[in-house]
Amino acid sequence: MNVFKTLAVASAVSVCMAGSAVASTLDAVKEKGYVNIGVSGKVIGFSAPDAQGKWTGLDVDFGRAVAAVIFNDPEKARFTPVAFKEAFTALQSGEIDILSRNTTWTYQRDTKLGIDFVGTIFYDGQGFMVKKSLGVTSAKDLNGASVCTQAGTTTELNLSDYFVSKGMAYKPVVYESADEATVIYDTGRCDVYTTDTSGLAARRSTLGNPKDNIILPEIISKEPLGPAVRQGDQQWSDIARWTLFAMINAEELGITSQNVDEMMKSKNPAIQRFLGVDTNYGEFMGLTADWAYRVIKHVGNYGEVYDRNVGPATVLGLERGVNALWTNGGIMYAPPIR
Amino acid sequence: MSKVARSETQHPRRNLLNDPRVRGWLAQALVLMLLVIVAGYALYNIAHNLNKAGITTGFAFLSSPSGFDISQTLVDYSSRSTYADAFVVGILNTLLVSILGIVSSTILGFFLGIIRLSPNWLISKMAEAYTEIIRNIPLLLQILFWYLAILTPLPGPRLAMHFSDIAFLCNRGLQIPKPIFEPGFIATPVAFLGAVILSIFLFRWSKKRQLQTGRRFPDYSIAIALLVGMPLVAMMLTGFPLHWEMPVLSGFNFAGGITVLPELIALWLSLTLYSATFIGEYVRSGIMAVDKGQRDAAYALGHRPWMIYRLIVIPQAMRVVTPPLISQYLTLVKNSSLAVVIGYPDLIHVFAGTALNQSGQAVEIISITMAVYLIISLFISLIMNWYNKKYALRGL
Repeated sequence: MNVFKTLAVASAVSVCMAGSAVASTLDAVKEKGYVNIGVSGKVIGFSAPDAQGKWTGLDVDFGRAVAAVIFNDPEKARFTPVAFKEAFTALQSGEIDILSRNTTWTYQRDTKLGIDFVGTIFYDGQGFMVKKSLGVTSAKDLNGASVCTQAGTTTELNLSDYFVSKGMAYKPVVYESADEATVIYDTGRCDVYTTDTSGLAARRSTLGNPKDNIILPEIISKEPLGPAVRQGDQQWSDIARWTLFAMINAEELGITSQNVDEMMKSKNPAIQRFLGVDTNYGEFMGLTADWAYRVIKHVGNYGEVYDRNVGPATVLGLERGVNALWTNGGIMYAPPIR
Repeated sequence: MSKVARSETQHPRRNLLNDPRVRGWLAQALVLMLLVIVAGYALYNIAHNLNKAGITTGFAFLSSPSGFDISQTLVDYSSRSTYADAFVVGILNTLLVSILGIVSSTILGFFLGIIRLSPNWLISKMAEAYTEIIRNIPLLLQILFWYLAILTPLPGPRLAMHFSDIAFLCNRGLQIPKPIFEPGFIATPVAFLGAVILSIFLFRWSKKRQLQTGRRFPDYSIAIALLVGMPLVAMMLTGFPLHWEMPVLSGFNFAGGITVLPELIALWLSLTLYSATFIGEYVRSGIMAVDKGQRDAAYALGHRPWMIYRLIVIPQAMRVVTPPLISQYLTLVKNSSLAVVIGYPDLIHVFAGTALNQSGQAVEIISITMAVYLIISLFISLIMNWYNKKYALRGL
C-alpha cells in the first residue's frame, strides 16, 4: 500500500515538473497575475519613481503596454530594479519576464547570452560630458583625460575603441554603478563622464550644478536601446516585439490614447485591422482581438510616450532626432500589422 | 582489560554493524556518497540549464580580446589583450593591495599592541582609544570615508599639493618619481643578494662562536653595513646607472612618474588601520600570556629590557599570537574585495565585474574567482601553519 502511495506521489510530482517545464511564459505570467519587468530604476526619463513614488519612463511605459496587452490593465506590470551587472542573469534565470532597461542591442548579447532583443525603443549613441571650466569643446581634445564610466557596459568598450582609433591616451576610472560614476565625476576625480547621450542628459539634471557641465557634440557609437526576453519562447518574444511595433504603428496611423475610441469607427482598413474591429489578429499570439487597442488606450502611441518621458517638454529635453518616424525624417519604422 | 578481551573471543561472530569502527566507516561513506551525488546533480543541472537557455559555455572566452581598459595594470595590458590577461591583472592588483596591507598592518599592529602595554598612561590610553574606535566601525564605511571624504575632495591636478616638486598629491592620486634602470644596474641587486647571503653566514658563525666561547660579536651592525655598503659600492663602480622620471603636469593629468591611484590609497589605508587594531589586540594578549616570572627571571639574569622582549617575551608570545594572526591575514585578503565599492581594479571588480558582463560567462568566471581566493587563502594558511608548527611548544 505504502509503496503504491509513494509511487503515485512521485509520478504526480514528475508530471507537475514536466508540466511546468513546457509551460509558456505567457501562461506563467497569466497564472501569477502580473508581468515582471526588469528596469534600471534610476535613469530619469527611462525608469525612475516620480515624486509620488509612481514608476515613470520610456522603459516603464513599455512594460505597462505589455501588461495592458495581456491583462487589459497597465497596472499589472511590476517593476524590479536590476543592477546592470545582474540584468542578463536575472532574465536568463526567469527572475524577470522582460528586461526593459535602456540596454544596448549587440550581436554578442543577442546570440551568446540566451536572450533575444525584440526591437529598438530608443536610438541612442554614446557621448561625453565635461566640466565647462576645462575649456574643452570637442572630444578630440580629450587626450590624457581621466574618464569615469560604468563597469561591464558597451560604453566601456566604445570608450576604448574611440581612444585607440584616434591615437589618444586616457585613464579609465570604472565603477560598478552609474550612480557612483556620476557622483565621483562631480567631485572632480575624472575630467569626463561618458555614457549614452540620453543618459548624459538624465545624469546632468542630477548633478550639483547642471549648468557647469556640457555634453560634447561627438557621438561615438550606435546604441540601439531595446527590451529583451529570454530565448526559446517564440510566442513571448512575439508579444514583446509586436507590442513595441503597435506603439510605433499607432503613431504612424495617427491613433492616440485620446482618439482611439473614435478610431474604432474609422473606415481606414489599416486602422480597422490594427484595432481588431473585425479581425482577430491577437489569437496568433494567444491574445485577444483588441490587443493593440489596449496598448494605445492605456499607454499611448510611441510619440505620446516619447514626449511624456524624454521629449522637449521634460527635464531631459531630447528632440525626436533619429527617433522620429521614418515618415518624418527619422528611422523609427515598424513592420505593418496585417 | 583482560575481561574485555575475553568477551570478544567469546563472541567471534557478532554483528559487524555493532562495531563502532565499521559503523563510523559506513556513516562516512554514506555522507561522502550523498555529497558526490549532490555535487554531481548540481553540475549536471547547471550544464543542462545553460544548454537549454542557449548560453555558450566553456573557457574559450579567456583567449579572446577583452576590449576594455583597466586603470591600474602591473603587467602590460591594453584593450587588445585577452580576458586571461585581464584575469592576471586582477589577481596582481588583489595581491598588491593584500601584501601591502599585510605588511603595514602587521607593523602597525605590533606597535599598537606593545604601546598599549606601556606604563605611560597617556600613550596606552591613546592606543586603546584608537583600537576601540577603529575596530568598531565597519570596514566598508572606513573605505568610503577615506575615498569620498578625504581623497576625492583633494584639489585637481593643476592645483595639486606638492612636496618639493618631487611628489604630488591631488584627486588623481599620488604622483611619485619612477626609477629608470639603465644597463649595468643589475650589479646592484646582485651585490645586495650577495650581502644577504654573507649576512646569513655571519649570523650562523657568530651564534656558534657565542655558544662555544660565550663572547659576542657585533653581527647586527656588520650585517647592516654589508647590506647598505655592498649595493652602494656596486652602484658607484657602475657609475650610478639609475635616473628618476619626474611626474610633470601635462594637459589634464600628470605624465611620467608613477601614479598611485586614490582608490589604492584609500583601500590600503583602511585595510591597514582596521586590521592593525585586531593584530594589536592579538599581540597584547600574546604578551600578557607570557608568565611574569619569565620576565623577572630574565631581569635577574641581567638582560636588558629590549633583550628581554626579543629573546624571552616575543618568542613565547608568538605562540599565542600566530593562530589568530593567520585568520586576520585571511580576512584581510578577503576584505580587499570591498575594493569594488570604490572602483579599485581588483580581481572581483575587473574579472567578476567587467569581464563577467562583457563575456556573459557568469558560471565560469565566478568559479574561477572563488578558486583564486581559495588558493590564496590556503597558501597563506600553509605558510603560517608551517611557521606555527616550527615555533609551537614541542612535546605537548
